[in-house]
Amino acid sequence: MEKLIAGKNIQVNEEGYMTDFSQWDKAIGEELAKENNIELTAKHWELIQYIQNEFKAESPLTIRKIGKSGVVDIKEFYALFPVGPLKTATKIAGIPKPAGCI
Amino acid sequence: MSEYNGEVRKMMIILSKASLENVYAAFVLANGARMEGIEAEMFFTFFGLEAIHNKKLEHLHVATVGNPAMHMPTMIGGLPGMEALATNLMKKEMEKLDMPEVREFLEILQASGVKLWACKLAMEMFHYEKEDMFPGLDGVLTVGDFYKQGSGIGTHMLFI
Repeated sequence: MEKLIAGKNIQVNEEGYMTDFSQWDKAIGEELAKENNIELTAKHWELIQYIQNEFKAESPLTIRKIGKSGVVDIKEFYALFPVGPLKTATKIAGIPKPAGCI
Repeated sequence: MSEYNGEVRKMMIILSKASLENVYAAFVLANGARMEGIEAEMFFTFFGLEAIHNKKLEHLHVATVGNPAMHMPTMIGGLPGMEALATNLMKKEMEKLDMPEVREFLEILQASGVKLWACKLAMEMFHYEKEDMFPGLDGVLTVGDFYKQGSGIGTHMLFI
């Protein structure tokens, strides 16, 4: 489905995840973060950049991998995105929801 | 059911066994809860205490006897080395899925805000002290204390 955000029409699925990463830009990220009650800091952006790079490399994301990312440890990750961290972070980053159970 | 629309808000997971498949099931469920924004607490009782015992948690095995789903005759499952063999095979498969080892998994759970409790009665039965256990343990509780931890709407309890 289509969604108007930050002055742009983007494609999202029924859970609100973007389905075309090429449509993502920082302004959209900002708006998606607001919708999820997250105020983005430099650390958030650094992490978003990291998970986008992992997505581009087609490397599946897990909580363990985030902990070893060198960007944040797991405690810091939960502090940045307190509710459903990986789900929220991927949504803001404009990439699909991780499919794994860990 | 009307409040929170029947949503799960908190999982209270009781682990009473320490065969590797049960320990991992409990850990994945606890971690999965946190990843969904659900609170999670774990209560380790009876043999489940082995999963948080500092000297034992790295030596847990898959059960090869009394487990029909292993599709292995009980007599063969009981041969020396079979448990170690099955455990190694399972660990290899789990590594492929980026599943951490038991100690690292406990550290992940702790960092994710999962509360880890040991059962007071079982601790006394096995003559364990808090110092013998995983350092991230939040405390030793009675059953009553654990139930109190789970109070509130939207809490679910699970016994493994």
